[in-house]
Amino acid sequence: MDAIKFVQEQLAKTTNFPAFRPGDNVVVDYKIIEGDKERIQAFRGDVIQIKGEGATKTFTVRKVSNGVGVERIFPFTSPNIVEIKILKRGKVRRARLYYLRDLVGKKARIKERKFLGKKD
Amino acid sequence: MNGLIGKKIGMTSIFDDRGRNIACTVIEAGPCVVTQVKTEDTDGYTALQLGYGEAKEKNTTNPLLGHFQNAKTSPKRKVIEFRDFDIVDKTIGETINVDEVFVEGDLVSAVGTSKGKGFQGVVKRHNFRGVNDATHGQHNRLRAPGSIGAASYPAKVFKGMRMAGRDGGERVKIKNLQVVKIFPEQNLLLLKGAVPGHKGAYVIIEK
Repeated sequence: MDAIKFVQEQLAKTTNFPAFRPGDNVVVDYKIIEGDKERIQAFRGDVIQIKGEGATKTFTVRKVSNGVGVERIFPFTSPNIVEIKILKRGKVRRARLYYLRDLVGKKARIKERKFLGKKD
Repeated sequence: MNGLIGKKIGMTSIFDDRGRNIACTVIEAGPCVVTQVKTEDTDGYTALQLGYGEAKEKNTTNPLLGHFQNAKTSPKRKVIEFRDFDIVDKTIGETINVDEVFVEGDLVSAVGTSKGKGFQGVVKRHNFRGVNDATHGQHNRLRAPGSIGAASYPAKVFKGMRMAGRDGGERVKIKNLQVVKIFPEQNLLLLKGAVPGHKGAYVIIEK
């Protein structure tokens, strides 16, 4: 286990993104390489899970695009993520918001967390 | 065949310079001790016999203990011979490190004992597809092998017919794994992809 940690410390990019939690509404700006061109695309949605640790830690962002649910999994250590912006803090009662997948329209909204704790 | 004996540590993933996520196996490879040098004159062929992994003295047989004493080393768990080892010029008792054998970008083979799966049916063991129908009169047949032969001719089931049985726990060689990274000081080797066996299992890395 320690050897794996060592490898991750040596090779993984250290990231300095703002801390967010499941339920938060974020915009992830990430690089897309098309042939030899490079551009930045934004993905806006709710964070529905954060899992893993170290170099393999990931978070999943869910949005509803034209009535179709779209989820993207981003590794925290990905060199392709340019920036993560937090738009709204959400008030949720669980760490994995899979129940949102079964909800549509007004029911799929997340209540905003108005009073922020020390961690934010 | 050049190579080293190592131990599988586990898996992780790293990003390459193009931003692609690569799944890697971390292997502690070496340092291996040369326990015997075989030459054309004495043995009829050239080879290096390497030892790796500490063993207890009480678990080592007397003949092997003498063999390790000849190499002036402690008893080893794994002793494996590599034929025509030609990269390094070593004599008995010397150690070989990772960076002496492998270079980043090399394509290597990994040999290990795969994880034992126990008694498994034909779908898992031989990738049969089962009956595929839950309806149309099927019952209890979803993962069944189907027919295993004809009728009064040949009036037997042919030898080697693939059936259910013990799965896994056998020697497996995975070829063409790329060496992604080497940490010579920690004796660590990063291979692209998966390597047979559980964590802590001994693996042979051949080049």
